[in-house]
Amino acid sequence: MFDEMGGNEGSVRPAYVELSRWLKEVPPDVLDFRRREAELFFRRLGITFAVYGDPEAQERLIPFDIIPRILAQSEWQLLQRGLEQRVKAINAYVKDAYGRREILRAGVVPEDLVFQNPVFRPEMSGQKVPHDIYVHVAGIDVVRVDPNDFYVLEDNARTPSGVSYMLENREIMLRLFPELFSRYRVAPVENYPDELLATLKSIAPPTASAEPNVVLLTPGIYNSAYYEHSFLADKLGIELVEGRDLAVKDDIVYMRTTEGLKRVDVIYRRIDDDFLDPLVFRPDSALGVAGLMSAYQAGNVTLANAVGTGIADDKAVYSYMPEIIKFFLGEEPLLKNVPTWRCRETDHLAYVLDNLEELVVKEVHGSGGYGMLIGPKSDKASIAAFRAKLKSEPKNFVAQPTLALSTCPTCVEEGIAPRHVDLRPFVLAGRDRVRTIPGGLTRVALKRGSLVVNSSQGGGTKDTWVLAG
Amino acid sequence: MLSRTADNLYWLARYVERAEYLARILETTYRLTALPLNYIGASNEWESAVATAGCAGAFFATYEEANEETVTEFLAFSAANPSSIRSCFETARINARAVRTALTIEMWDTINSAWLELQKWGNGPRSREEFARFLRWVQESSLRFDGSAYRTMLRNDAYWFSRLGVYMERADNTARILDVKYHLLLPAHENVGGALDYFQWSAILRSVSALTAYHWVYRENLKPWRIADLLILRDEMPRSLASCYENLVQNLDRIAGAYGRQGNSQRQARIVRTKLQNSRIEEIFQSGLHEFIDEFVENNNQLGTAIAQQYLM
Repeated sequence: MFDEMGGNEGSVRPAYVELSRWLKEVPPDVLDFRRREAELFFRRLGITFAVYGDPEAQERLIPFDIIPRILAQSEWQLLQRGLEQRVKAINAYVKDAYGRREILRAGVVPEDLVFQNPVFRPEMSGQKVPHDIYVHVAGIDVVRVDPNDFYVLEDNARTPSGVSYMLENREIMLRLFPELFSRYRVAPVENYPDELLATLKSIAPPTASAEPNVVLLTPGIYNSAYYEHSFLADKLGIELVEGRDLAVKDDIVYMRTTEGLKRVDVIYRRIDDDFLDPLVFRPDSALGVAGLMSAYQAGNVTLANAVGTGIADDKAVYSYMPEIIKFFLGEEPLLKNVPTWRCRETDHLAYVLDNLEELVVKEVHGSGGYGMLIGPKSDKASIAAFRAKLKSEPKNFVAQPTLALSTCPTCVEEGIAPRHVDLRPFVLAGRDRVRTIPGGLTRVALKRGSLVVNSSQGGGTKDTWVLAG
Repeated sequence: MLSRTADNLYWLARYVERAEYLARILETTYRLTALPLNYIGASNEWESAVATAGCAGAFFATYEEANEETVTEFLAFSAANPSSIRSCFETARINARAVRTALTIEMWDTINSAWLELQKWGNGPRSREEFARFLRWVQESSLRFDGSAYRTMLRNDAYWFSRLGVYMERADNTARILDVKYHLLLPAHENVGGALDYFQWSAILRSVSALTAYHWVYRENLKPWRIADLLILRDEMPRSLASCYENLVQNLDRIAGAYGRQGNSQRQARIVRTKLQNSRIEEIFQSGLHEFIDEFVENNNQLGTAIAQQYLM
């Protein structure tokens, strides 16, 4: 088992030396006091998220762990190059899938993964988007099992969330532990909003003025990520709009203001494709804007991310990412893929059914840790139930070996103990370049032995430090 | 700014102001009902409280009888009453979350803390003493919100719209008290009243936190026409109709100045203010206090509609 602090043998890795010394020096009651201070701070700010289907806890705090997760500059360099490579490939793939479809003709990715995919948007076929960028904001989930390799666990190319936690976690750490920051040189993350705004402005339609009007479109206060939407709008200095604030006239998008209608150029939308425009997608959607797609297709407004990027981030396409990177960039992937069995393929399915007890089985379109089976942690009955599901709709599932995710020291009931972590760094793709911010959201499974880090399943977060070179 | 943002700020301020007003009504009613019967007469003060809060219809759709228990429950803690103190704070917080970006951290903190605190009160207090503390807490929260808005907000349209909410709500509440209690202020009452009316009159003043103000302005005993004068025409009394309209005109003018455009709401507010400025209390009594208040309520509603049409949708 690889520990971020203790490595494989239990000798403290260089990046953690100071932290380890500090943890030994600081009295436990001081740690405990600051932990409670942190919680108070988060609650007062209203940094909460909603858990769907849990009326008792409509607003819950994501537990914050005060022990940071640290990456050395060399580790980050590798990660950064790998992330940028991956996002470039994803953009090339989406462009190709809605354009010339060369990768399909070359037989690298099977056609039905695109055309039969429920999130494939035929409306986007042949559609031009500014500067050929589809995925402007990506969150790539990575994990590690040893000191040498990062594995991508999942690509999020639609509306990834969590970046507000990256920023707020750093803010609270700076407030609570200034002495710890004086022992380290930690690369700042606070310029993320500036980089995001620059990215969004860079993709404005040609018709927009030099100062394009950028807005953030939210489903509203009942959305689980609403806090993040309002937080980002605030940091970017842009309007936080809901569907009802927008109107489309003659293929131009306007927002309703106290001074009348004002033209909108770029929409950073945090609402799914399905809900964007009731005239084109779900007719019952009250969250979207009638006519938005038509304005988009006319090139009068840019949506970030573009419509239809879901074809690049489901778990079946994921298994082809190494080939996709080679096909479009002619490079070897810098970040590894977790070996994945596609249950759509007969021999893969047979293997998965024979080895359910050892595998993690995931829904192709699932997210948030819902609807998955972790073989080694499940009892016979739930494995049997899952086997039936798997047989009836094999296409909906992929399977992976159960990874021994790395652990990181974490404050829990019994003191400081290792808990499994992952990492979601954020990648921005604009007209000029791809940007990564040195850091990300580290999620931690607070239950002993648990591998599920999702906040909806009782996971917490940590501040993520990238040490300056 | 977004119309919805302006709308949320406006209603946020209204709901906080309304919560404070409800707390005052309840406090005053408790005071009155604590007096021996022969001091306040046979009137049902709890029924009067519901009417003054402007929700008699909804109340009697749910309850048979207005008494301490039912009215306290309905005006303070009922989730079914959209204008209970609880609902006011809840709606205020929903509005505040929707416009997080337009609020200062201090304003958000006040609203959010008030809402968190409210959860602790559960379905109501266990004793009168606890309830009294609750009512004071409600008023303090409103003061804190108002104060943090005043001290921390940028002086731009966001601030002006939130002020409009405060003054519209105040005008509405003061007018409603006058509407429900006007008969106590009629001259015919003066002689029959005695001690009985004294407590009713002071209760009216307390409901709009004007009892001390009365003594400072007039330096004499409570006289019903002076109470009407104070609540309707006196500029220096912050909850008088005249003062509310002075502020409404000012804030609407600032918005019009910033946007470079006047509209119906500016015109409507000026018409009402001019009427208040040109009125004298003797004339109001001569031509009918009740008629005057009725007309004001109608004009005030028209202003609300004009503001909504011009800016909020």
